[in-house]
Amino acid sequence: MTELRSELIAKRYRAERRFRFYGATALAVTAAFLAVLLVSIVWQGLPAFLEKKIQLEVTVDPAAVDAANPVAGDYDKLLREGLRTLFPEASSRVLRKALNGLISTGGSDDLRSRVVADPSLIGKTLTVPALLSDDADLYLKGQQTGVTRAPGASAIQIAPLEGEEGFLITGDTPEKSPEALPGQLVQAGAVNLRITAAKPGYVTAEALTPMEPAMQQLAAGQWQLVTLSVPEQDRRISDVQALWLEKLKAEGRVETGFNWRFFTAGDSREAELAGVRGALVGSLLTVAVALAFALPLGVAAAIYLEQFAPKNRFTDLIEVNINNLAAVPSIIFGLLGLAVFLNFFGLPRSAPLVGGLVLALLVLPTIIIASRAALKAVPQSITEAALGVGASKQQAVFQHVLPLALPGIMTGTILGLARAFGETAPLLMIGMVAFIADIPSGFTSAATALPVQVFLWSDLPEAAFKSKTAAAIIVLLVVLFALNAAAIYLRKRFERRW
Amino acid sequence: MNAPVPHQTLVTPEKPKALASGQFKVTARDVDVYYGDKQAIKSLSIDIPDRSVSAFIGPSGCGKSTFLRCINRMNDTIPACRVTGDITVDGNDIYDPNIDVVQLRAKVGMVFQKPNPFPKPIYENVAYGPRIHGLARDKTELDQIVEKSLRKAGLWEEVKDRLQNPGTGLSGGQQQRLCIARAIAVNPEVILMDEPCSALDPIATARIEELIDELRQNYCIVIVTHSMQQAARVSQLTAFFHLGTLVEYGDTDEMFTAPQEKRTQDYITGRFG
Repeated sequence: MTELRSELIAKRYRAERRFRFYGATALAVTAAFLAVLLVSIVWQGLPAFLEKKIQLEVTVDPAAVDAANPVAGDYDKLLREGLRTLFPEASSRVLRKALNGLISTGGSDDLRSRVVADPSLIGKTLTVPALLSDDADLYLKGQQTGVTRAPGASAIQIAPLEGEEGFLITGDTPEKSPEALPGQLVQAGAVNLRITAAKPGYVTAEALTPMEPAMQQLAAGQWQLVTLSVPEQDRRISDVQALWLEKLKAEGRVETGFNWRFFTAGDSREAELAGVRGALVGSLLTVAVALAFALPLGVAAAIYLEQFAPKNRFTDLIEVNINNLAAVPSIIFGLLGLAVFLNFFGLPRSAPLVGGLVLALLVLPTIIIASRAALKAVPQSITEAALGVGASKQQAVFQHVLPLALPGIMTGTILGLARAFGETAPLLMIGMVAFIADIPSGFTSAATALPVQVFLWSDLPEAAFKSKTAAAIIVLLVVLFALNAAAIYLRKRFERRW
Repeated sequence: MNAPVPHQTLVTPEKPKALASGQFKVTARDVDVYYGDKQAIKSLSIDIPDRSVSAFIGPSGCGKSTFLRCINRMNDTIPACRVTGDITVDGNDIYDPNIDVVQLRAKVGMVFQKPNPFPKPIYENVAYGPRIHGLARDKTELDQIVEKSLRKAGLWEEVKDRLQNPGTGLSGGQQQRLCIARAIAVNPEVILMDEPCSALDPIATARIEELIDELRQNYCIVIVTHSMQQAARVSQLTAFFHLGTLVEYGDTDEMFTAPQEKRTQDYITGRFG
């Protein structure tokens, strides 16, 4: 008898240990997934918060900039000229195009704003930062290809090949051939070569930029060997562009700064110019509308259902349906918004007003359920106390029950808004998915929302938009964490135990 | 229901001493209370005199709290609850459709089983009732009402320096006295107490019982209690409820020494309940 019992007890303890193990495992797996997700997003997104610029000496040509109207000047041209003085070897049209491609189409903004602020600069030469294009930016952040630079270990001679295109590179002495492999790049001043073949005693190379057919002598250290790990056809920056960027970097012209533009600019086709301001403002306007509609409606409905409504089959039906509404897929609300707000009421497409109305419908059940739970949590004794001294039902509810339920209502509302903030699908249906470069100026101007911006960017082929996408996700997550933190703070701060 | 109460309707055949005084504050005739289909009180009639303490005793579920809550229509808050029969306060039928429940509850105050101060400052707890009823013309007058009520509830000396502290921060006994002060503040004539000491320790209970005895000078007090000793200590009249009926009602002294009914005797001697 005793033995049997002890065996049962041992079995019971084993079962409990096993259960604890299952729980801990589930938790660990969840935490690991979450960690992987966050780390990968942060890893991908962080570079997008930095931007690369190059310092260029630019002569503000009075021919390009009219002193009377400095805003309209052709600053891009000035910038291109400034860049060309650094790389005179870019003489052909193709090479010039490649060179110009290093600078963003918005690269002249700094120059323009400085000249506009101080027109006396016209005619002078000044050093200005120029924003690099997304490809150059990614290259310098090491996201396009791995780069190794090795200073030339020995002296070399470069001579044109006889009878064919290309150059012959040999060591000082016939025995000392330079150690290079096909595809590696040789750079020295304006010389940009790509190794085509390595033979015993010599290597052959092709010129990436035009060069003198004369023989050149380069001492050890005067030249460098650049190796790019990704083949040229697999990256968006060409060998010669890479060499130019290496040279700019070696000259100390490249500077890294915080990408404020990401928070001040709207969407753009150019990754380096694109920002989340437009989407963020759109989201805030949308959520503001959602809050303005959902909070009063939701709280009023909750108060009525919880405190005043008679308990009958009709209110039961309403209650069941409210609970069901909370589980309706969000895209359905988008369809509803399309049919009702756009087609029937004729409200403007892509507007935060409509988005907010749709999201208000979406979070209404959440707010009603949370508010009812908060109202229900206020003990009956408080209502009775108020009624007992002769308060009317309404006074009891509004002067005693509601203030006590408010923290719970606020918590539920914030969590509902956090859900609204992260919603994408219903906004797609009402046209908040368009490319909108302008920062929305009001509730009826065309806008998009942050999660929709993430969706839009994730669809773009440019590599730079990948990290922009991740960066936008980071911004979205930060906002959501802040909302959740606010909800938790409210709950902890005003929590009341009965 | 303004007619004088014929005493022969009382369960106790003889005219009790306290009842002999004549002035009845609360009367009930043939009251039935239903919770849905369940009948909680069956054909109850009772006369409660002014300026005295009447105790309702009886086992759990006997309907004593239910009847108490009928006197200020607190049962209105329970949707399934239905009351028939006549209950009058000062001769006015309180279930008359024309009666204002809010005014009734100001006149018939209530103290609950569990101390339930508002989670607000002590001052606000007491001032709330006078404020919603417009009993004070200005702040000074409100201050006076608050002080007077707290003094009557025997709490003033303990809280006068911390009137802005939350009422929920007081001890259980103090909270219950605060609730009594809150009830007094609106100048009620009847105070209903639903087991006011059941959540308190003996010392706090003694303090409340003392208070009830003092309040008797000015109010009609009806108290529901599970403690026979308490009923014996504080009340002049005792009503014994059993299974929804009023079994016996009379002078407390007589009730505890020479009950008329066998059931009453069995209950007060601890045979059931």
